[in-house]
Amino acid sequence: MFRVSELVSKESPVSSPAGTGEPQYVITAENLTKSYGEVTAVDGISFRVPAGEAFGLLGPNGAGKSTTMKMIGGVSQRTSGSLSIMGLDPEQHGPEVRAHLGVVPQQDNLDEELKVRDNLLVYGRYFGLPMSYLKPKADELLEFAQLTDKAKSKVDALSGGMKRRLTIARSLINEPRILLLDEPTTGLDPQARHILWDRLFRLKEQGVTLILTTHYMDEAEQLCDRLIVVDKGKIMAEGSPASLIRDYSTREVLELRFGSERNATVGTELEGIGERIETLPDRVLIYAHDGEAALEQVSARGLHPLTSLVRRSSLEDVFLRLTGRSLVD
Amino acid sequence: MSVLAGHHGSGNQAAGLSVADAARNRRFGPLYSRNVRAVVARGLMATKSSNWMVMVSGFFEPVLYLISMGVGLGAIVGAVQGPGGQEISYAAYIAPALLAVSAMNGAVYDSTWNVFFKMNFAKLYQGMLYTSLGPIDVAMGEIFLALLRGLMYATGFTAVMGVMGLITTPWAILMIPASVLIAFGFASFGMGITSFMKTFQQMDWINFVMLPMFLFSATFYPLSVYPQWIQWLIQAMPLWHGVELLRQISVGVFTPATAVHIGYYLVMIVLGVALTTGRLRRLFLK
Repeated sequence: MFRVSELVSKESPVSSPAGTGEPQYVITAENLTKSYGEVTAVDGISFRVPAGEAFGLLGPNGAGKSTTMKMIGGVSQRTSGSLSIMGLDPEQHGPEVRAHLGVVPQQDNLDEELKVRDNLLVYGRYFGLPMSYLKPKADELLEFAQLTDKAKSKVDALSGGMKRRLTIARSLINEPRILLLDEPTTGLDPQARHILWDRLFRLKEQGVTLILTTHYMDEAEQLCDRLIVVDKGKIMAEGSPASLIRDYSTREVLELRFGSERNATVGTELEGIGERIETLPDRVLIYAHDGEAALEQVSARGLHPLTSLVRRSSLEDVFLRLTGRSLVD
Repeated sequence: MSVLAGHHGSGNQAAGLSVADAARNRRFGPLYSRNVRAVVARGLMATKSSNWMVMVSGFFEPVLYLISMGVGLGAIVGAVQGPGGQEISYAAYIAPALLAVSAMNGAVYDSTWNVFFKMNFAKLYQGMLYTSLGPIDVAMGEIFLALLRGLMYATGFTAVMGVMGLITTPWAILMIPASVLIAFGFASFGMGITSFMKTFQQMDWINFVMLPMFLFSATFYPLSVYPQWIQWLIQAMPLWHGVELLRQISVGVFTPATAVHIGYYLVMIVLGVALTTGRLRRLFLK
C-alpha cells in the first residue's frame, strides 16, 4: 500500500546479539531536560529507539510526555542534554528532521477551511512534495483511513474518530520514518480505537517507527514493543509490557471486597498472603503468583469477602505502582 | 540501555539524509525551508471556499466612502488645492487617501484578525510548523496573501477612480504598486503585533489605533488645519505617509518627500518582518 519499501529490511526482524551488531537507532536522547522557568517538565531522561520499534511513553498528566514529543519534533528547545533524530539535532535541523517525521498531535489541528482531501494535499505541499506524487498518495491514504467517500466533505462534518483517522492519514503524507502519536485514541469510542490500532499495526508492519504517548494501559500493551514509564519528568521504569509486569507486579492479582467498612481493617488479618497487599477504599488487592491459592488461604483464615476476583496482572498495576494512585492535576 | 525484542527493520538509510535536505540548510537553518508558496497556495485554496464575502465587503467600503464623501460632500466643498498647488475636485483629493486606507485595512484585517484566529483557534500554524516549514515560510506566506489582497483592492479601486473621471495622469497607475508597498508595511507589522495578543479584548486595541489614524491622517482635509505638535504626531504615523505618497502619485507631482514616504515603508517592512519571524519563533519553537 505504501512505498515504504526502502524502510523495511526483510532480514533480521528480531535482534540477535550474534547478528550485525548494534541496531540502528533512529532516536537517541541523553539526559534530555526541559525547564519552563522554575518547573522542570522533563528531568534528564535518556532513551534510544531502534528503527521499526513501537516505543511508548507512559505517564500521568503532566509527566512530560508531550514535552518530550515536542522536543523530538524540534518545535520545543531543550534546556540541556542531547537529542539526535536519525543522526541530526532537531533544534539545528528542524525542517530536515521534520521531513521524516509524521506527527499526530494530542488535539486535532486539521485545516477546517479546507476539504478532507485538500487537507492531505496542502499538508503534503508544506513538505515541498510535488502534486504528481501527492494526488495518488492522498487517495491511497483516504482509503487507508476509510475516508474515501468523505474526500470532498468539510472537515467539521466529520465525527471525532474520522477526524483522528484523517489526522493520522495526514501525518503519513510524507512517508515518515518515525510517526509521533500523542495520545492518539483519547476521546474515541471503542470501535474507533480498534480501527486505529489496526491501522497503526499495519504501519508498524511496514517498518515505520512508532513513538506513542498514552495513558491507556491496554493501548500500550496492544501497541508497544517497549516502553518507558515517566513520572514528574523522570523515567521510572523501562522495558517490554511483559517484562514490566514481571518486574513490577506479580503474575496474578486477587481482588477482594469486604464492604467499605471492613476493607480498611481486614488488611492486618490478611498479612502474609501473596507477595504484596494493597488496601483501597473499595477493595483489597493481593498480588500473588497464584491467585486461586491465595484465595484459598484467605478462606482458610476464616475470612469471607463479599466478592472475590482473580485476574492476570496488567500494565495498569505496574503503572499505578510506579506513579501512585493519588490524582494528578 | 538494553533493547528488548526489537522489531527494527534495520533502515540502512536512516542515518543519512538526502543531498536536497542538506542543501536547504543554509543561512536560516531551522527557520526557513524556501517553501513560502505552499503557505500561499493553502491561503488561496481556503479563500476559494470560505472568505469570499469578507473580501468583497472590504473592497466596497472605500468605494462607498468615495461616493458619499467625494460626490456628496464634494458638491459643497468644491475644488481644493492638490499636492502641486493645482486645483482638483474634492473627490480627486480624497480618492488616493481612501486607496491608502483600503490598502491598510485589507492588510491589517488579513494580518491581524485572520492571523489571530489561525494562531489561537484553528491551530493552523502549529500544524504547519510540524512539517518542513519554518516560521519564516509561514510569516512570509501570510504576508504575501495580505499583499495579494491589497493588490486586488488597489486595482479595483483605481479602476473605480478611472470610471469616475478622477484620474488625470498616467502616473496614477503607479498607485497600484505603491498601495502594495503600503499593504506590505502594515501586514508585516500587523502580524508581529498580533502575535502578542491573547484575547479578543486586546484585539480591539487594533481598531482603537486604526480608526483615529483613518480619520486624522490628512485623509479628508490637509494637515495644515492642526497645530504644529499634532502635525508631528500624525507625521510619525504610517498612514499619513501612505496618504501623501498616493496623493502625490495621483497627480504626478514628486518631491524629495516622496522618497521619505517610500523610505518610511521600507523601514517598516524590514522591522515588521523581523518582529514577526522573531515572534513566531518564540511562540512555536520555544
